[in-house]
Amino acid sequence: MSSEAQALLRLSGVRKHFGGLVVLNDVGFSVAPGEIVGLVGPNGSGKTTAINVISGLFRADAGLVSFAGQDINRLPMFRRAQLGINRSFQVPKVFRDMTVRENIEVAAHCGSKRNTDVDAILDDLDLAALAEKPAGSLTVNQQKLLDLGRALATGPKLLLVDEIGAGLNPAELNGIAALLQNLAARGIALIVVEHLLDFLNRITARVIVLGAGRMLFEGSLDAASRDPEVVAAFFGS
Amino acid sequence: MPDDSLLHKLRPGALVLALLAAGFLLLPHMYGNQSLLFTLMTFIVLTQGLNLLYGFTGYLPFGYVGFFGCGAYATSLLVLHAHLPVLACVAGGGLAAVLMALVLGPLLRLSGAYFSIASLAASQILYFVVSNTNLADITGGPYGLKIERVFAPDASYLAMLAVLLLTSGLAAYFRSSRFGMELRAMKQDPTSAAMAGIDVVRERLIVWLVSALVAGLAGGVYAWNLSVFYPDAVFTLQISVFAIVFALFGGVGTVIGPIVGAAVLYTLYSAIGISSPQYFQLIYGALIVLLVLFLPGGILSLFTRRGIRVF
Repeated sequence: MSSEAQALLRLSGVRKHFGGLVVLNDVGFSVAPGEIVGLVGPNGSGKTTAINVISGLFRADAGLVSFAGQDINRLPMFRRAQLGINRSFQVPKVFRDMTVRENIEVAAHCGSKRNTDVDAILDDLDLAALAEKPAGSLTVNQQKLLDLGRALATGPKLLLVDEIGAGLNPAELNGIAALLQNLAARGIALIVVEHLLDFLNRITARVIVLGAGRMLFEGSLDAASRDPEVVAAFFGS
Repeated sequence: MPDDSLLHKLRPGALVLALLAAGFLLLPHMYGNQSLLFTLMTFIVLTQGLNLLYGFTGYLPFGYVGFFGCGAYATSLLVLHAHLPVLACVAGGGLAAVLMALVLGPLLRLSGAYFSIASLAASQILYFVVSNTNLADITGGPYGLKIERVFAPDASYLAMLAVLLLTSGLAAYFRSSRFGMELRAMKQDPTSAAMAGIDVVRERLIVWLVSALVAGLAGGVYAWNLSVFYPDAVFTLQISVFAIVFALFGGVGTVIGPIVGAAVLYTLYSAIGISSPQYFQLIYGALIVLLVLFLPGGILSLFTRRGIRVF
């Protein structure tokens, strides 16, 4: 796995609870630049909460969340975005009354210190033809891409992708797989939450399996499918 | 090229400001009742100031009148006790409203109806404190304040015009700047906006303070123009309600919507609202129902629906 020294993101002993419900319990892992890590687990296992804790929507109750050597657990979302952490949302959250181009532009202006090439992002995502359309008029799948584009416009070093594959056809899935691999090749670290294990197997070398907020397994997806604890979490013992 | 696009961006705003200035400088020569024109300007300022907050961030302050009253009282107290030039006192009134908004800043943690009601409560607290008999030595309590020695209808008319131009200039800036684009993003999805790198809390607070500032300045000039007023005159909830309905009628989130809305409805109010209030109430009520049912975007949405861009 990735050595601690070169880790971009490091979580250790992360805990998050809502009232009496412990959603993340002693979660710890790290991600290196250019690596694609899969995050899997049954519904309610804490995958999206993990993403929320990393991206700043929630703050961990205990434990360490560090990015590029800096403790970020108390930083608000926009600061994390400016540092280079970004995400897409399970249900795409685009700026519906703004055009596709404006959606990307706003993130390019506020989230990144470099000059971002808005047209290149639109091309990468196949949205160039829709650039002047209001984002609300796009299909859900197109909005998912735009959500990703908004994240990319901030020039992220770490990208959290929350269930982008759901509802895509095989051709679209191939496109997304190629896109994510391409991003990783540029040195961006990715954490991909996904139920489509086939898709995940294709793009990741390492997956983390969560069950009821605990880390059950870390390693290759193949090995995970033979791990009794993982099998029990998914299918019951 | 950048100069060109800048000019292109500034043109609609400059046009609106020029029309307003020309209109309100010429109207007193054609229409005798300058006091009515003054009140009309006051309501355009308040409507536009409310639009700055509601139209661009989605926060609807039912207690908006609190800032107006705050500005009126601070200005009058400065006139009475500080012996500064009256314009400096008006500026102090604006500043007092900004300070009040800063104190009330945590209200922005609420959203939707909760925010509206909390801001209404805050303005009522202000009203009851100011009009309290025990404070009669300072605020005049229920008897109000008198600053008749600075009474100057013409100068205060021009001062209100200046506040009107400032407010409309701010709305034009919000409408066409990058800052305004960030506000639009925040209004549609604050979480996504934060992930786009926008400091949502800070920008919302800035707009809140700016909208309080213009209400405070308007309150200050209004007090100067009246020069004798009771607490009811500057804290009545009717002022908030008028500003809200005028803004919704014209169309929020635009520059000219609130101006048109306030101009049309205030004219209607001054034509029949006082002589036959029952018909005014009837028309007013019917208008609100019709607006909510058919034109939730205000009368300007008649144009935007047909693809005509409205500034």
